[in-house]
Amino acid sequence: MAGGLILIVLYVLALLAGFVAPYHYDRQDRDRFFHRPTAIHWEGWRLVVSRYQQRGNQFEYEPVPGDTRPLRFFVKGDAYKLFGLIPSTVHLFGTGSPQHPVYLLGTDQFGRDIFSRLLYGSQISLSIGLVGIALSFSLGMIIGGLAGYCGGAVDNLTMRGCELIMSIPGLYLIMSLRAVFPEKMSSAQVYLLIIVILAFVRWAASARVIRGMALSLRERQFILAARALGQSTWKIVLRHLLPNTFSYVIVAATLSIPYYILGEVVLSFLNVGIQEPEASWGIMLSQAQNTEYLRRYPWLLAPGGAIFLTVLAFNFLGDGLRDAADTKS
Amino acid sequence: MNLLEVQNLKVHFPVKHGLFSRVAGHVKAVDDVSLTLAPGETLGLVGESGCGKTTLGRAIVRLIEPTAGRILFDGEDITALKGGALRTRRRGFQMIFQDPYSSLNPRMTVGEIIGEAIDIHRLAPDRAAREKRIGELLDAVGLSPLHALRYPHEFSGGQRQRIGIARALAVEPKLIVCDEPVSALDVSVQAQIINLLQDLQRQRGPAYLFVAHDLAVVEHISHRVLVMYLGRVVELASARAIISAPKHPYTQALISAVPVVDPASKRRRIVLPGDVPSPIHPPPGCPFHPRCPVAEARCGSEVPPLREVEPGHFAACHLAK
Amino acid sequence: MPGPLLEIRNLQLDFGRGAKAVRAVDGVSFHIDPGETLCLVGESGCGKSVTALSVARLLPSPPAHYAGGQILLEGQDVLRMDKQQLRRIRGGVVSYVFQEPGASLNPVFRVGHQILESLKLHRPEAAKAEEVVRLLKLVGIPAPESRMRDYPHQMSGGMQQRVMIAMALASRPRLLIADEPTTALDVTIQAQIIELLRDLKQQFGMAMLLITHNLGIVGDIADRLAVMYAGQIVELAPARALLARPLHPYTRALMNSVPELGGSGGRLQAIGGSVPLPGQFPPGCRFYPRCPSARPECADKPPELREVEPGRWVRSFYSL
Repeated sequence: MAGGLILIVLYVLALLAGFVAPYHYDRQDRDRFFHRPTAIHWEGWRLVVSRYQQRGNQFEYEPVPGDTRPLRFFVKGDAYKLFGLIPSTVHLFGTGSPQHPVYLLGTDQFGRDIFSRLLYGSQISLSIGLVGIALSFSLGMIIGGLAGYCGGAVDNLTMRGCELIMSIPGLYLIMSLRAVFPEKMSSAQVYLLIIVILAFVRWAASARVIRGMALSLRERQFILAARALGQSTWKIVLRHLLPNTFSYVIVAATLSIPYYILGEVVLSFLNVGIQEPEASWGIMLSQAQNTEYLRRYPWLLAPGGAIFLTVLAFNFLGDGLRDAADTKS
Repeated sequence: MNLLEVQNLKVHFPVKHGLFSRVAGHVKAVDDVSLTLAPGETLGLVGESGCGKTTLGRAIVRLIEPTAGRILFDGEDITALKGGALRTRRRGFQMIFQDPYSSLNPRMTVGEIIGEAIDIHRLAPDRAAREKRIGELLDAVGLSPLHALRYPHEFSGGQRQRIGIARALAVEPKLIVCDEPVSALDVSVQAQIINLLQDLQRQRGPAYLFVAHDLAVVEHISHRVLVMYLGRVVELASARAIISAPKHPYTQALISAVPVVDPASKRRRIVLPGDVPSPIHPPPGCPFHPRCPVAEARCGSEVPPLREVEPGHFAACHLAK
Repeated sequence: MPGPLLEIRNLQLDFGRGAKAVRAVDGVSFHIDPGETLCLVGESGCGKSVTALSVARLLPSPPAHYAGGQILLEGQDVLRMDKQQLRRIRGGVVSYVFQEPGASLNPVFRVGHQILESLKLHRPEAAKAEEVVRLLKLVGIPAPESRMRDYPHQMSGGMQQRVMIAMALASRPRLLIADEPTTALDVTIQAQIIELLRDLKQQFGMAMLLITHNLGIVGDIADRLAVMYAGQIVELAPARALLARPLHPYTRALMNSVPELGGSGGRLQAIGGSVPLPGQFPPGCRFYPRCPSARPECADKPPELREVEPGRWVRSFYSL
């Protein structure tokens, strides 16, 4: 369950992004474009941060020896809203001195702290997965369950519809759906739109699997018993059939969360997803396309590392859940 | 008045073949069956695999749609009922299933399983009455009311079967179709469940349609017995008469094939040749004639009608006397 | 050869290891002489099937571990045989017929092919179509020349079981082990198969170990009977004598609880409670909680299997 633990840490960090991040995602430090990650080292018994100065005309920085400030916790800094509601200015760590910034993962071409943007971006990237699976699997379960249980024309129609949706290549479907809507939309709208589009492409696949399960569950004797009692079709599907698909659904849902994360990454990468100045892992990666930059400032790839870690963690979690579900049955 | 009357019931399943699912033939699972059942009576339905007894049982409670014929329950024609009307009538007839391991929803507690029956037909005015009723039902089948909080997998096969019986009893049905209720149980537990079913009939008076392949069990619990072969009725008589004086050659062979523990009994075992033919292509004339030890020429062309050979004893055989 | 064909001495079989070990077979001993038929009777969970599978070491190990005892097949201990020896005895000395013939036959191969495979392994000189036809005829399959080209699903349950028996016989085993061979079959087909087994036994002088929970069929075919309960043998006697006069309370209760054709129709004498599962056996006599003749002393010490009359063994303090 290492996957589970990693994810818990990630989600907690995402929730507390404003607090943990030393800077606002939008804060530009015009003196420090492409700053390298600031090293934190021990001075005596304290952690300190050095001041860096620019060397020459390049965006290269080197620490100034002797000029250090201690790393403090619970410092005052940029204003933000915790959980989006509570205004606060307290950050987990920092130095309190603008000359001694703490850029754990360096800055990007606009001088924005990558670590902070990574944390703010995680809010979008991590939640998209959860909302997405909630949408697509609820839809898939209800439609698949009814189709499998009722059979006949209902089954035929819905499955042909699912097949139609599934036969369109996913990426093009996503792009076309996005193109239907205006290019410039508010971030919140875009966020919802992305989820809906991704979920719409996915629900058909899960509906087909659930329908297959429903077909075999339908003949089980406890379903017959419920029919014999006079239970209505709707209630049979909801109370008897679908709960017995949970062991599959939980695992499949967990394993499909990476799809949503990567979907958002793709859309933002192609500049039709999350827009500037909002932070998301996808848009951060799109800004790291320049190979020249990557060669000199490799920390720009940090979002890739975060995506990798998250997807890996979800896959482990899914495997673990599948094993757990198996032993029960 | 008869509680149940089945008139010329047919259940045929189309066999689809080929690319466009053409109907290539029909599986005649139940082929022109008629029977009656009085209130509080037990009619045993016996036959081997493929004879259609399970299909008949399910068709009577409308879990399978009949293709032709009529089913009259308590004087009312329920053959074509649908939707809400059918659902309310379902209170009158319930079913107990064969497999104790799949007849209970593994994700519901025992209390929820029985409670669902009560809720559908609104038999309890409030929560307290509902709990009390569940407790009574569990008690009646030999379990404790505390078992209501447990899940099916915590019980043995015999206990699960009792839960299934409690669920059927919850709606106070007048007829319970028992579909091989003891076949999947250990021998030592079978007797417990058979006794329970008999006790419940004495106390609460439901009629049973007891479907089974074990002739000894059927004879023990039934008042009358109906023997089926390839979807048709071949013999119908009181339990005693069927065992002591069977008229149809198939019944005779069936009885002689039943294993008997007593080694001292010297019976002549009639071993039937061949296998049961396919219900898609039943033989012409009497369905049993290819395997019948005493078949004559006309058995292969004329279908023998079910006639009353003696008072209350019916057989579908040209040669029965 | 002199001496029993199969002798099982104090077999102890566990599933799992260490603290989680569950003893499924606890001290089972019996023997089968050449040409003799022994029926092992008991309900689900009593250990009869795993005992039978042990004769050719067919249980995967782990999870099965033999904690003690010997299985002497023609004098050699199966539990200490190596892979090569095991392969020789499987089919060569002992053959199996299992409960569900539909599941035991490979659905993608023709029936004749599967019998031929068995022949190739143990009697390669006879591995020809004619032998397959002869075997199919032996087990009573009509028109064997055409039937051997059938796939299993094209045959009925009874026919499939006959094919299984033909496969088992192909290698001319000296011991045939049949695990519930008729349970999945209709009663009239059951009669056919039991009669077939009896005829074959007489024809070939084969010994047979027949596992079943159906006391009715044993009367026709068994020479001796062993009744198992909760991993132990509780009664062992010649079949006729045991069926006429059972001595162990469990055997007697079992026979009384089965409805008889033409019986009185009164209440059946059911045995209360349910069969204990391996790992949950009560201390003392394992049948004590359900025994109609139980006395308090029975719960303290487990009874031994004793020869209370010549040839009649009972595991009970108070045999009837």
